[in-house]
Amino acid sequence: MDKTINITLKVWRQRGPKEPGKFETYKLNNISTDSSFLEMLDILNEQLVNEDKEPVVFDNDCREGICGMCSLYINGHPHGPDSEITTCQLHMRRFKDGDTITIEPWRSAGFPVIRDLMVDRTAYDKIIQAGGYISINAGGAQDANAIPIPKRDADLAMDAASCIGCGACVAACKNGSAMLFVSAKVSQLALLPQGKVEAARRAKAMLAKMDELGFGNCTNTGACEAECPKGVSITNIARLNREFISAKLKD
Amino acid sequence: MWLKDSSIGRKLIMSISGLFLVLFLTFHLAMNFAAVFSADAYNAICEFLGANWYALVGTLVLVAGFLVHIVYAFILTLQNRKARGNDRYAVTARPKGVEWASQNMLVLGIIVVLGLVLHAWQFWAKMQLVELQHMAGMDVDTSLVTNGVYYIQQVFSNPVYLVLYLVWFAAIWFHLTHGFWSAIHTIGWNNLVWMNRWKTISNVFSTIICLGFAFIAIWFFIQSNCSCVG
Repeated sequence: MDKTINITLKVWRQRGPKEPGKFETYKLNNISTDSSFLEMLDILNEQLVNEDKEPVVFDNDCREGICGMCSLYINGHPHGPDSEITTCQLHMRRFKDGDTITIEPWRSAGFPVIRDLMVDRTAYDKIIQAGGYISINAGGAQDANAIPIPKRDADLAMDAASCIGCGACVAACKNGSAMLFVSAKVSQLALLPQGKVEAARRAKAMLAKMDELGFGNCTNTGACEAECPKGVSITNIARLNREFISAKLKD
Repeated sequence: MWLKDSSIGRKLIMSISGLFLVLFLTFHLAMNFAAVFSADAYNAICEFLGANWYALVGTLVLVAGFLVHIVYAFILTLQNRKARGNDRYAVTARPKGVEWASQNMLVLGIIVVLGLVLHAWQFWAKMQLVELQHMAGMDVDTSLVTNGVYYIQQVFSNPVYLVLYLVWFAAIWFHLTHGFWSAIHTIGWNNLVWMNRWKTISNVFSTIICLGFAFIAIWFFIQSNCSCVG
């Protein structure tokens, strides 16, 4: 039997980056607990369109937790109350009949609201452009075992590389700091021999860009790691600190 | 200068000044403990650390450490509030695994500073300051300037001050449990294995420091209010 619930939504509505926003309350009836959170929002938008109202704008793309497009700050948690999932992987079975669900956009000076629940995350692209790459012509792919890499380093690099750049770390951080993202991107390359060569330049350039774009200073609260859909560890931040401080000391 | 112009640099200033204050607290406790065993021994330390040039230099360095840590705490908090954006979240929740202390370091720090003002007024202003005033040629009574035990007894015989100091120690405990490991983390000395070790060391160290100070305060309270001890 399909179980359904009736819910109340408090959704942040904001027409543009400069305009003041406010919460609107919507009631939704007979929502299947098997539907995903984003399907529930699709139902809401259908209802709004049928009432000749503006639908709620929100980001989404792959809907399988790998692209990092979906955001949404749900009931005080980025990507909702479940751990290690993105918003698109959240299901309505997580909520009870009669619940009020508050949905807000990521709130950070680095991520201005474009409209409603959609924020501008190009700041992350700019940080990557500042140095999140290897600037050599790698040529054709060589045999995987041509350069020996310790299993531990390979695992740590892979864990750091699992970051999808969704911005939940900034949304969760009381300081609006992007350190978990930057440290994951610095770590995934600094841990491997191909990336190590430019590690110092990369750490300095990416951190300078992060500071320039108005993100805050990390105070090691660990909220980013707790809310990260991929469980990226804050020990990456210690590695970034290490890379950055030793790079500056060498200058 | 990257120390003040980059976010990691600013955090490093907080980290190093914080670790310096942790070191100071450790010495402070070690010296205070002498008072439990022997009043003469403690007063000898007070005399040794009176208004000598090395004690004065030490005091100035210490004050500088405090000022840097406090000034940067406010600068960083203001910058971080700005980075948060203009609209606050309507609903917030503290995620599992996030220490309460880590999100309230400024408030805890302010309590610590208030306690520090009381503490400096009750001890420093009656000891080193009086000695300095004497050296400057002012007409002050210097008979008690190196009698640290006298002032300890005087302050802790009062239950109000005892409670105020215990609250102060509790705030320091919370501040240290996060501050210690966070300072090490900021330097970069951390990984998946050391994370739990540093957090444990942090908790154990903070507890030893704060229980130590609390023990001394309670010891002198009992001593001056009961005839059974001492």
